[in-house]
Formats: sequence, structure tokens, C-alpha cells
Amino acid sequence: MNLTHAILAALLYIVAAPVLAGLLAGVDRIISARMQARIGPPLLQPFYDLFKLFQKERIAVNKTGHFFLLGYLLFTIIAGVEFFIGGDLLIVIFALALGSVFFVLGAFAAGSPYSHIGAERELIQLMASEPMLILSAMGFYVATGSFQVHDIWSRPDLLIVILPGMFAGLVYVLTIKLRKSPFDLATSHHAHQEIVKGITTEFSGPYLAVIELAHWYETILLLGFLYLFFAPWPWLAVLALAAVYFLEILADNTNARLYWQWVLRSSWIFTAVAGAGNLVVLYYLSRGGTP
Amino acid sequence: MNIVLFLILFPLAMAGLIALLGGHVGLRTALVKIGSGVVAIGALVLLALNLQGETQWLRFDWPWLQKAVLGLDILVTLILLVIAVRGRQITVTALVIAQAALIGMTEFGGHAHAHVEAPLFIDSFSMIMAHIVGVIGGLIVWHAVGYMPHYHHHHPEVPGGQRWFFATIYLFLGAMYALVFSNHLSWLFLAWEVTTLCSFLLISYPRTPEARHNAFLALRLNMLGGVAFAGALLYLAKTGGPFALSEIIRSAPASMLVPVLLICVAGLTKAAQMPFSAWLLGAMVAPTPVSALLHSSTMVKAGVYVFVRFAPLLQNTVMGLLLALIGVTTFLFASCIAISQSNAKRVLAYSTIANLGLIVTCACVGNPQAVWAAILLIIFHAVAKALLFIAVGSAEHSIGSRDIEDMEGLIERRPKTALAILIGIAGMFLAPFGMLVSKWAAIEALMKSHPILPVMVAFGSSATLFFWSKWMGKILSTVKGPPPPHGPVSMEEKNAMFFLSLLTVGLCAAWPFISSLSIKPFLLSYYGTAVELNRVTIVIMSSMLALIVALPLSLLYKGEKKLRITTPYLSGANVLERDLFTASIGGTKPLAIRSYYLTEFFAEGRLTRMGLAATIALLAALVMVVKP
Repeated sequence: MNLTHAILAALLYIVAAPVLAGLLAGVDRIISARMQARIGPPLLQPFYDLFKLFQKERIAVNKTGHFFLLGYLLFTIIAGVEFFIGGDLLIVIFALALGSVFFVLGAFAAGSPYSHIGAERELIQLMASEPMLILSAMGFYVATGSFQVHDIWSRPDLLIVILPGMFAGLVYVLTIKLRKSPFDLATSHHAHQEIVKGITTEFSGPYLAVIELAHWYETILLLGFLYLFFAPWPWLAVLALAAVYFLEILADNTNARLYWQWVLRSSWIFTAVAGAGNLVVLYYLSRGGTP
Repeated sequence: MNIVLFLILFPLAMAGLIALLGGHVGLRTALVKIGSGVVAIGALVLLALNLQGETQWLRFDWPWLQKAVLGLDILVTLILLVIAVRGRQITVTALVIAQAALIGMTEFGGHAHAHVEAPLFIDSFSMIMAHIVGVIGGLIVWHAVGYMPHYHHHHPEVPGGQRWFFATIYLFLGAMYALVFSNHLSWLFLAWEVTTLCSFLLISYPRTPEARHNAFLALRLNMLGGVAFAGALLYLAKTGGPFALSEIIRSAPASMLVPVLLICVAGLTKAAQMPFSAWLLGAMVAPTPVSALLHSSTMVKAGVYVFVRFAPLLQNTVMGLLLALIGVTTFLFASCIAISQSNAKRVLAYSTIANLGLIVTCACVGNPQAVWAAILLIIFHAVAKALLFIAVGSAEHSIGSRDIEDMEGLIERRPKTALAILIGIAGMFLAPFGMLVSKWAAIEALMKSHPILPVMVAFGSSATLFFWSKWMGKILSTVKGPPPPHGPVSMEEKNAMFFLSLLTVGLCAAWPFISSLSIKPFLLSYYGTAVELNRVTIVIMSSMLALIVALPLSLLYKGEKKLRITTPYLSGANVLERDLFTASIGGTKPLAIRSYYLTEFFAEGRLTRMGLAATIALLAALVMVVKP
């Protein structure tokens, strides 16, 4: 991928990702409403919300916390740009983690008990999901011999065929990353199970809007990860992503929040079995069955 | 290359001088300060003289030299024997005697000891190590000058022995220099034993029963390594194998299995790897400079040094894989245990054990890329860990506690110390250390070996994310108003914190240069190939590092007039002050926030037992694989 293409891809991501993710959030809210026997908001409601938040008064508990939010947004965008220009998957993953760490630090710095609990829980979620993300990069490496997204998506073969465990594992931790029940420990859309508003308790107005925006960038990036499994067949990819997202909504509306112990243990075990299992099988197959 | 001799002999001379003249406080302080400067500058001069990083050999025409080394060896053994017998330590005594017997059989058993052409040498890796020893060691000594009077002030029960304390530290630095410049294995062994002896003396410095107990624990475990090392020497003597490091590395790996394994076991003990890790946790009873020294520039780095040296012999061998598994198991378990710790020094100790595990893993995988990662890890870990220990020691003085929970809001109470801790933590797990090396380089390199290694790294590194982030969060948290500061921080402590912070930040910018100037020549001389970094990767990495450095600076930004400051949400019943609230049953209550330590999930005892069981099983497997 040459420089012009890279710049175009980066710009496209920066502009299009929030639009796509906002629409997705709109669809999400309509489907969720139908599952709860409601009509639901209009499709563009997430955008109205975002614009309104940006217009609100700036209120904060201290002067420093929201700088960390800037770090959250910035590093999430960097992660996405690195991904969509075809860069190194591991760099994508740790830029994303770095963004989340900034988010957590912002919540800690607020010095409020509710945002503090939310921050600790967000860290648990990070710890639960991080290994699977890294493992998926390893899976792509074993399958294609490269960590470069560019090399992975230009492969002619369908990677889901040899990396089914990785795909399953990623879908599992996607629930954590998308803040869907039963894994929405840090903050949730379901008021009935929430400790105030978790990690976002002390952020309001424009600061809350920044968090929402960063989350939208993150969502598109994560869906990009899943896309790689179907890259040669775009239509199949879109269908698969739609199905996965529908499943996430379904899980969100049919489950209550779990204990953190369950979230951490189950995702580490799932990662070890599906992710690492897939990796080890692939390793021995690639060596012609001679360990 | 007289500078090499100077670097080894100068600290030894300083040790002697301080021991002789150190009774006078002013004179001692001046000596120690000048000495620390010379040690640091000497290491930098080495860089200027040998910028090309060519390997150079030092030959000596003195036939008595080898006998002198042997004599010193016997002297050290005798001292250890006296210590063990006087301490009524049966195991240590037995180990010392066993080691003496092995060395005796090596030297006087009638085996013609292989001749070593050049007993000392210098190449780019020993130069990197020399810088770590000199610059970081020098800064720690400088810091100790300011710290020790405070220490004795706060611990009146500890008998003042600063004269011997500083003499021992210089002896330690001299031994470390000798260790990294030795080509002759018996010389390396002598330096190895001296570091064991020095660490014992320094850990037992507080003279309490706990310190004594922990010092003997350290001695016991390290002597175990010493016996293994002596066994390697005997094996080499019996089989007529080479005694020069340079020749051992060029030998066929199959012919060197036994001595390499034995020396690696010695390396495991010194690098505090499971199952030998207990001593490093005990070592924190000693004053802060000792911890800083043991954890960053000396001792544990001697352990990983031999692994990096033997990396070509370990590459693609079953032995290498098993040793790498010990390292990665240590990394995973120590990282998980660190989550449950609230004592800052224990967190640092477990993170040292974990990071050394990662270094051992990379070195044992042994491909050029993994060794590249291992060396970068050694550098970054030394700088960041020295900074963290010194900053935590300083915080301990000013708030009277080393518990992380008591560091709440340190950013307001002690902004400079807090910033130093934040830079240190960022250096350990964000930039440059954690994300750049432990995740990216290590995982990419380990993928070329067995996939179970990077999988365990992935789990372990997500645990490190947890405990470092919550510590940072605690420091940044602004719950309490600033209470009055406890005690002043000495000028020397501030200097050391400042320069180490600067070094940590500077490494973010300098790592591509270190890679191409120092690590690349070493890899070329070892493997004939080197790691070529992708330019785009360097650019992206460096700009991210710059951003991380720049973001804390934005804390200085005071503007934004439109912002309205309010109190945090406390269920609708704040009192005027921000950390008080009206409770539901009435009355004003102070707000208190405590972090998650997940002590049942990541239980220290259970995880330690699991780690010990796994690593002991791996050691047993190693013995089965390597049959002499």
C-alpha cells in the first residue's frame, strides 16, 4: 500500500467510522427496543444525542481528568488508522489498550467512588479481553506468516476455515468490548443493573460525547478485526458481521450482568481453549504433524 | 583497552579506600560522591572510545594472574564459610563446602585446565551492560549518599555501618564490571561469587532477625546456583572443554549441553526465577538503594547476562524451550501475583521477577529477534526499575508509608515524586518498555518458537496492565486535600530521580539508535544477521511515544475558562468539602476509596505454589533431557 492510499484510507476511517458506528448504534437501539416490545428511537437518534452532548455546558470535578479522555480518543483513532492503512496488528492492539488505559486513568483522576469502581471494573474487562485480541493476531500470523493487516486481507483463502477458534474467541470478547450484557461491568446501557453510571459517572456534556465518539471508533475497528476472517468474500463478511452483531444485541437483552469473577475466568478459559487451542493445532499442522 | 581494567579496579579501590578512611563522615561522603561520578563517567568514556562496538580482547603476560584469581576464589569461599558457620546455617555450610570441593577438583584434580588466550574482553553487549552498571549504579550510589542519613534517622535501631555499606556497594559494582568483561569462565565465576557475597552483606544490613533470615535465604538460593556453576567448571575441566566464553559459544550446542545447563541454572537463581524467586522478595528488607541496585543494574542482571551470552546455544533446542518455559511461567505467575499486592515494594519485586522471566524467555528462544528484544528489555527495565525504587523510597520518606493505598492523590501532595513514579510506571508498561518490547517485539520474536510461549506472554502482559494502571490511578486520584508533607527529600535523592526520569523519557527517543549502534553489531557478531526494523513501524512507534510523553505535560495547562468545577457525585449528599458526605443514617462521614486487589482470585499463596510446582517439574524435565 503506497503513501497516497494510506492517507486516503486513514481519512476515510476518520470520517466514515463515526457515521457507520452511529448508524449501527441507531439500528442497535431500534432492534433492542423491538426486543423489549417498544417502538424505539429514530435511526439517527445517536447523532442527535452526540450533537446535543457537545453543546452542553462543560462541568467537571477537576481540571485534569478530561485530558485523559483526549488520550482515549486519540489512541483509539491511531489504532483504527494503523489497522485500516494495513499496519502491524500488534501495534493496533496495544494502541487500543493504551487508549483504554487513558480512559481508566481519567476516571480514577475524578476521585469519585462510583467512577473509581467503574475504572477498576474497566481494568478487569481489559484484562479479560486483552489476551484474546493478542492471540487473534498470533493466529493471523500463523495462518499468513505476517502481522501486517495488509498481507492478511490480501490473502486469497478464507481464514475463518482455519481459524474458527480464533473467530469464536473474538466474538466472545467482543461482548466485553461493545459493553454488552452479561459482560458490561464498567458501564452499561441498562439502568437497572448499574452502579450509578460506572466509569462514566463523572463525565458529562462534551466529555461524555468524546467517550461515545471514541467508543464508536473502537466498534468499527473491532468489526474490522472480524472482517479479516472473511476478507476474500466481502458479502459473506457483511452477512457474518450482521449476524454477530445481532447475536450481541440478543445477548445484551436476554442476560443480566455477571460477577466480575465469572467474566474474567470465563473469558480467560474461553481464550485458552478456543484461541490457544486453535493456535496449537495450527502450529502442529503447519509442521506436518511432527511435533 | 586500559579503560576496562580501570572500570573493574576503580570501584574495588574505592571499596578499599572507603573501608580504610570511611570513619570520617565528611571524607566518606566526598569519596562516595566522587566515586559515583567517576564510575558513571568511566562507562560513558568507554562508549566514546569504542563507538564502533568492535570486539576487543585483553591478554595478560602475567603467569601469576590465574593463581591470584584462584587465591581470591579461595578467600571468598572462606568468607562465605565463616558467615555460614557463624550463622549456624547447615544448608549454606554444606553448599559452600560442596562448591569448594567442586572448585578444588577442577583446579587440583589433575585436569589440564584449558588455556584462555584473553581472559577479559569487550563487545557491544558487555558495553551495554557496563553502561547499565556504571550510569545507573552510579546514580543509585549518589542517591544513597542522601538517603542513608534519612534511613538511620527513621530507623534508630539499626546500628550505623555506612562505612561498610558503601564499601560493599563499590565492591559490588567492581564485581559486576568484572562479570560483564570476563571471557575466562573462572574469572566470571569469581565475580559471580562476589556478587552473591555482596548481596548477602547488603540484605543483612538492618541487622534485624528478619533481615538476617532473608539474607541467608538469598545466600542459600544463590549458593545453589554457585554450586551448579562450579559443577559446570568441573565438567569442562574433566572433558577438556574450553574455558573461554567466546569458544564455548562457538562450540557445537550438543557438546555443551551439560555446562550450559548448569550455568543457566545458576542464572535462574541469580535472576530470581521460579522456583528460586523467594530471595528477591525477602531482599526488600534492606534500605532502598540496595533494592534499587539489586533489581536494576546488578545481581539479577548478572543472571540474565549469562542467558543472553548463551542464546545461540539455546536456540532451537529442547533445553532452550524448557528454560524458556520456566521464564514464561515465572512471568505469568509473578504478574498475576502482583495484582494482589498493595505494598509498593512487593509490587516492584514481583514485577522484577516477571520481567526477568520475560528476558529469560526471549534469551532462551535465542533467535536474533528474540535476543534483540531481550537486550532492550534489560536496558529499559534497569532504568525504569531504578527510578521506581528510588521514587517509592522518596515517597515513603514523605508520606511515611510504602502502601499503594496511602499514595492516594500523591500528584497533589508530592507532585515531583508522583511524576517520577508515573514516568517509571509508564516506562515499565506503556512506553517504551511494555508496549514496545514486551508486547510487540517479544511476541513477534516468540512466534518463531513454540506458540505456547507467546500465549503465556499475552495472558501475563494483560495482568501487568491491571496492576500498573490501578497504581497510576491511585496516584492521580484526587480524593483528599493535600495534607502537610511529612519530611524533606534530600538533594541527592532529587538529583537521582530527575536524571533517571530524564533517562526513561530519553530512551523513548533513543531506542532506535541504541538498537542500530549497540544491539545490531552484537547480533551481527553472534549470528551474522541482525534485526532490520521496519521504518514505518519506527515512525508510528516513536510518534505514539512522543504523544504519551506530551500528554502528561498537558496537566500543566491551567486554562479553559468555560469549565465549571463541581464536586463528585456521592449519592446526592455532599458536604462542602469534596471528601465528606452525609450518610443515609445521618452524620458526616469521610469518603474513602480502596482499590481492587482481587486477593482471592489472584491469591499469592496458591499462585506461588502453582508456579513452584510447574517450574520444579520443568527443571526435572531438563535433567531428564540433558544426560551427560
